[in-house]
Amino acid sequence: MDSVRRAADLDLELTPQPVFPAPTSLANGRRGFVGRISTVGAETAAAGGLAAPELERRLLEMGFVEGARVEIIHEGFIGKDPICVRLDDMRVAVRRRDVRGIMVQAGEP
Amino acid sequence: MTAAKVVEPVAGAAPRTLRVALVGNPNSGKTAMFNALTGSRQKVANYAGVTVERKEGHLMGADGRRISILDLPGTYSLRARSPDEVITRDVVLGRLISEPAPDVVVLVADATNLRLVLRLGLEMKAVGIPAVMALNMIDIAERQGLDIDVDRLSRELAMPIIGTVATRRRGMEDLVRLIEERAASAAPVQPSAWREPSAVELRALHREAERIQKACVKPPKRPDTFTGRLDDVLLHPVAGILVLLGVLFLMFQAVFAWAAPLMDLSNSGFEALSAWVGTLLPEGILKSLISDGIIAGVGSVVVFLPQIVILFLFIILLEDFGYMARAAFLLDKIMGGAGLHGRAFIPLLSSFACAIPGIMATRVIDNKHDRLTTILVAPLMTCSARIPVYTLIISAFIPRQQVMGFLNLQGLVFFGLYAAGLVSALTVAFVVRKIFWRSDAEPFLMELPAYKTPDPLNVLRNVLQRAQIFLQRAGTTILSMMILIWFLCAFPGAPSGATGPAIDYSFAGMIGHAIEPVLGPVGFNWQMSVALIPGMAAREVAVGALGTVYSISGDNTSLLGASLAHQWSLASALAFLAWYVFAPQCASTLAVVKRETNSWRWPIIMFLYMTALAYVAAFIVYRIAVAFGAG
Repeated sequence: MDSVRRAADLDLELTPQPVFPAPTSLANGRRGFVGRISTVGAETAAAGGLAAPELERRLLEMGFVEGARVEIIHEGFIGKDPICVRLDDMRVAVRRRDVRGIMVQAGEP
Repeated sequence: MTAAKVVEPVAGAAPRTLRVALVGNPNSGKTAMFNALTGSRQKVANYAGVTVERKEGHLMGADGRRISILDLPGTYSLRARSPDEVITRDVVLGRLISEPAPDVVVLVADATNLRLVLRLGLEMKAVGIPAVMALNMIDIAERQGLDIDVDRLSRELAMPIIGTVATRRRGMEDLVRLIEERAASAAPVQPSAWREPSAVELRALHREAERIQKACVKPPKRPDTFTGRLDDVLLHPVAGILVLLGVLFLMFQAVFAWAAPLMDLSNSGFEALSAWVGTLLPEGILKSLISDGIIAGVGSVVVFLPQIVILFLFIILLEDFGYMARAAFLLDKIMGGAGLHGRAFIPLLSSFACAIPGIMATRVIDNKHDRLTTILVAPLMTCSARIPVYTLIISAFIPRQQVMGFLNLQGLVFFGLYAAGLVSALTVAFVVRKIFWRSDAEPFLMELPAYKTPDPLNVLRNVLQRAQIFLQRAGTTILSMMILIWFLCAFPGAPSGATGPAIDYSFAGMIGHAIEPVLGPVGFNWQMSVALIPGMAAREVAVGALGTVYSISGDNTSLLGASLAHQWSLASALAFLAWYVFAPQCASTLAVVKRETNSWRWPIIMFLYMTALAYVAAFIVYRIAVAFGAG
């Protein structure tokens, strides 16, 4: 952690912009993962699944929108899938493959 | 569906019925509000050409004007994603030919969970739909210390707002008054003003909803921690599964065992009635029609009621409490492997008792294709009506011997038949998904609502409504099929001096003889073929039907078993068992599928695919058995 911070400080001297860890996909989060959504996109699932723009709109309609706070509060017992996400003040269940396109800025906002 | 319907105002006539539609997110207490407004003055039907249920009720306004209330399927957005939501959108926008546009739309909101309903309200505001918002469950919001600036919210959404508690009928008079005021000042909707929002517009709507939420709602002082703490147990990978298994076991036990005494009572009641009527009427065709056709037919409808009532009591309690969504979460991975929705476990589990309540229970699945897949495979689960058939054949043909020292061979065959049903149901579901609806895999995206205590009156009303729907709609189809089967078995009567059983001379006998050459390759003789026709009434009727064709009077199944063991080869008996694992030997199931899917297409597909499976299975079993010398 310490070395990371120092590297970030160095980086800050070179390029004057705030430094955050790179956003990670919500699909890769483990239980307890907290952050803010930075972008909502959708990847078409490998086998069948909805077209990406349609999935994106459905995610938006369910409240997965840029700036929303997310926290993974429960995981399924087989392959830790699906996941239960606290999304602002709601609880929403999703499959990991459907939220691969949701990028989250990790850390308590 | 998209053509606009123009309602002409009738000048000078008596005040027209005021049309009100209830719209809201799932779990907003919309149905409780519908019940609170209309009481028992309700009517359930289907929208023309679709399987979506149309629930309408009415009440009298303050000035004696009739107000009709339409309970629309829950939705998050006017952008419809399922047939149910299409109905909601088209009714709200006045696009449905069969349904005039509502004069006022009541937007039912869960006061403790406003975020998503605000966006729906903004969508309605943009189109200019005359609306009133009911802030439902306002008592829970008050208990949580949630501070809502109602006046500001009302201005932002451009609709009057009233706090309500539908389950306690709180705020209902005020809501009706607001509806009447709103109707008086409302301008007609312009359906063309709406189009599907793009992702960009959705984001903008969200930002707007977020701004309103921040401006009008202060976070609760005492937020609900109960739901979170209960979820820690109920969604726990170990404890949650144990609780789920407990709930499922209890439900299975209830549908299977608790309903049995009531079903026996119903059976013996109708048998007694039939016998009593028989003593009043002279011997002949009229007596046969009334006691064997009509009374037995009505009895075969009523016998399903105990299971349906018990199953729906469980379903509605679990749904209202908020557990159904959790169970679907826990089972999604397992059911999803077979291409089924997490919620399909309830219909499939119920189908172990009987496919009729099971198929009715598929209403818990919103997605059309998920629901159809579940309906198609439900009759493959081993229902309790197969047990008498399995018992008869197994006890007559399978020796009561031990296998590997501790397993009973008869029990092993019984278990094998159950397993065959389960495995084939999951396989067929998988194949249907992969072949027919491959491109249509729905995302699993579901809100987990806060836990709530179910309201007893509401639960009771919804359970009774299910029973009523079954009797009125499925019951009539089942009854007419029963009378058809009676007719086939009773006409024409045996000629004088006939030696064989009367059924041999009837239409059923003729059909049986006609299909015998087809069934010959799977080892069925003509008696078995004939017994399949009356056996369509219900699977367990096959036992009685075999008794009839072998002229064994009474319910002496051990005598029948001995007779079968004497006349059938082991290979034929095993083929008959295999047939009964798959064959659609139940007219009532087909009738319910017709009712639930609102078309003859699906019962016909079901009949064909199950008959094909049964034939192939019986053929393979018979040929293998013959090859091993059991022919």
